[in-house]
Amino acid sequence: MLDFEALTKSSGEWLKGVGPESDVVVSSRIRLARNLDRFPFPPQTSDAIRGEVEAVLRGPVVEVLPPGSMGYVRVDPLETLDRQFLVERQLISREHSEAKGPRGAGIGPQESMSLMVNEEDHLRMQVLRSGLALDECWQEINRIDDELQQQVNFAFNEEFGYLTSCPTNVGTGMRVSVMLHLPALVMTKEIQKVFQSMHKMSLAVRGLYGEGSQAMGDFYQISNQMTLGKSEQQIIKSMQQVIPDVLEYERRTRREMVKDNRSKLHDKVSRALGILQSARTITSEETMHLLSSLRLGINLGLIDGIEIPTINELFIHTQPAHLQKLSGTPMESSDRNAARASHIRLRLAPVEPTSEGE
Amino acid sequence: MSRARLTRDDTMKKCMRCTKPATLHITEIQLGQAQVVHLCETCAQKYLSSTEVGGMPSMQMEDDEAVSESEAEGVALAAEEVEEDSPEVSCGGCGITFKQFRSVGRLGCPQCYTSFHDDLQSLLESIHQDTQHVGKCPPQTSANTLRHHELMRLRSELKASIERENYEEAARIRDQIQVIEAQAASSGESPAE
Ligand SMILES: [Zn+2]
Ligand SMILES: [Zn+2]
Repeated sequence: MLDFEALTKSSGEWLKGVGPESDVVVSSRIRLARNLDRFPFPPQTSDAIRGEVEAVLRGPVVEVLPPGSMGYVRVDPLETLDRQFLVERQLISREHSEAKGPRGAGIGPQESMSLMVNEEDHLRMQVLRSGLALDECWQEINRIDDELQQQVNFAFNEEFGYLTSCPTNVGTGMRVSVMLHLPALVMTKEIQKVFQSMHKMSLAVRGLYGEGSQAMGDFYQISNQMTLGKSEQQIIKSMQQVIPDVLEYERRTRREMVKDNRSKLHDKVSRALGILQSARTITSEETMHLLSSLRLGINLGLIDGIEIPTINELFIHTQPAHLQKLSGTPMESSDRNAARASHIRLRLAPVEPTSEGE
Repeated sequence: MSRARLTRDDTMKKCMRCTKPATLHITEIQLGQAQVVHLCETCAQKYLSSTEVGGMPSMQMEDDEAVSESEAEGVALAAEEVEEDSPEVSCGGCGITFKQFRSVGRLGCPQCYTSFHDDLQSLLESIHQDTQHVGKCPPQTSANTLRHHELMRLRSELKASIERENYEEAARIRDQIQVIEAQAASSGESPAE
């Protein structure tokens, strides 16, 4: 069983803010979609069949979880709040939280892996790492997939590869994504150029939490769209070829901003810190926005005394389900705004602003 | 089997395929003998695209494009398209029709990929710009299939490197393709085409 109490107080390894290129890259993730060959896909079937699938997969999933894993949890009996909590934690997808019937999730050590049973496909497995670490993600998930294939037959045909509920995932069943923090490109509106060039490379760009195109807190996820006709290594390699250009673009823009407008930028990030340290009520959206500025300020050396992992953790811990789990009671939105402000004040309290700049 | 080495310069040699000046010089080492093929950029693209084992430029190059893998399969499967007009074909595995799939965007079961093969093939072409898996396969997959996938993967890489005008890489990939084709031939299979 999953220990929600402990989970609430901790945070995942992938939020540590270490790892290669972590000034811009928050995390790397690879997920694989797999299905059992003799069962209908979860969205188009009955609870009875979903139950059979869950029973077939639960054992193998538990068995392949590495030592130190947090364990397997049945998602369908959970309260809405707990399911939402797991979504905020990125341990299950929103689709999995809202799906129907028997389903579960195996959670690996330090929240760096999760295996969802009966999401849109019978099995969705993902590995998460801090920073830019796609090769490590692939090694780990490939190993897990190999081990599972010793025990179960996945639906596969030689022409179309691994068969999935949605044809957009067929073939490798693989989605490779990298979460980037791009505040400078957003501020200068250069981000549009990134969208265009990613689009040309058939890569998708999505905002972190917001729906639609408006990203909250300047976080963008870049991922492959095509899953058929390329090998896993080719897909990973093509991501590894384009990501460094985006990172360099963001860094160059940051440097130019500091060079041309240091005092204005210093003012902006210091004000962000000021509001976060003193607000009595704050929305999730404003929090994202200000934390993003603060993260930029820390990475540029304009703010000392706060660590990146603290900021990364606040992005997660200030979301609705987390606030309610932390306080132990369900709360309306206005109460949450107050609780959010108080949580942030507490976490950012002991900070001394930097010397006067110049 | 051959090993190619590629050099690039502007000697006054003429392209062996046309009358333009040759800028790329590909040294083919075949049965211990080296032969240099002098080509202009346009002809080099075609030359490297063609992956016939040991062919010298005078013997090939008639076809513009590298072999299209799915052609043979395409022909065989075209026969099934006869059913196209008959009203509602439903999947034997789960019972949904292609129309139902189109409205929900999700297939019903793995067997749908066989039941709606032709319709899905054109859909997959538009989504992925490809219709053939070349990635990881289950452990029980035959060596023959793996080799087939490897060849198709390399051919798409070859095409991409020629498009990027990276002829050094193209020559290297072409050599790999020839090695695999030779393996297939010696193990008694016809090379996948
Ligand atoms: Zn020529
Ligand atoms: Zn079906």
